[in-house]
Amino acid sequence: MRDPCDECEEMMQPFLDGSLSDDQVALAQRHLDRCAWCARRYRFEERLRHYVRVAVTEPMPPELKARLAALRTPL
Amino acid sequence: MSESAPTTADTRRLAQEARDRVRFEEEALQLSDQVYRVARRIVGSREEAEDLVQQTYERAFRSWRQYTPGTNLRAWLLRILTNLNIDRGRRQQRTPQTTPIDSEAGDYFLYNKLESQLPDENPDEERVLERLSQDSIVDALAEVPHDFRDVVVLVDIGEFSYADAAQILDIPIGTVMSRLHRGRRILKKNLADKAVA
Repeated sequence: MRDPCDECEEMMQPFLDGSLSDDQVALAQRHLDRCAWCARRYRFEERLRHYVRVAVTEPMPPELKARLAALRTPL
Repeated sequence: MSESAPTTADTRRLAQEARDRVRFEEEALQLSDQVYRVARRIVGSREEAEDLVQQTYERAFRSWRQYTPGTNLRAWLLRILTNLNIDRGRRQQRTPQTTPIDSEAGDYFLYNKLESQLPDENPDEERVLERLSQDSIVDALAEVPHDFRDVVVLVDIGEFSYADAAQILDIPIGTVMSRLHRGRRILKKNLADKAVA
């Protein structure tokens, strides 16, 4: 029999992506309700995704924005 | 042979086309921040990203008639951008074709490693996250091999659906899912290697 925490680890990405079947979601949720160790890792992963997105986002240089606007067809 | 004068119908059609074109250009420009955000992480430098975005808009404005109104314009623009990027052949030169990915870690690996570096047991997630600097995140993402990185950038940074990412990169949706899964693990492995000791 597989370790339930290993199984839960395997389900983490599709769980957070919302791509698991209802049965699989219920299975993962049952484990997470009982296992604070896995639940903490799921919460971390969720925060990490947001943190990474913010960290790697650079504002667009205003000069580029002006160059793109200049490409419009003149009215 | 003189051309016949334009009919009222022709004039109307031309006026309608001009309006459609203006609307297309405005809608495309409104998405430019999001297009740049993805471009910046798909290519290596800011200059390359700027060139690529500019070329994307030049091509999009030339081929605007090929866009089907009501479909996802952001995905259409990104499709142009990724094709231009491939045409330039930059990625192939920069990234080795086969990157050995040995010792691939599981999905809890990063958390386990960061937590082990903290003195207290069961620290809260924010404290664990603080072990990662912004620069280390940027570098860790840049070091993910491009096939995997493209998918991670589109889905996790650009917030595209699996289906949109598949269409943009012209690969099956199953390939998007497997590259995403693996790309995220490689990213986390890179992050673990760079974590503040």
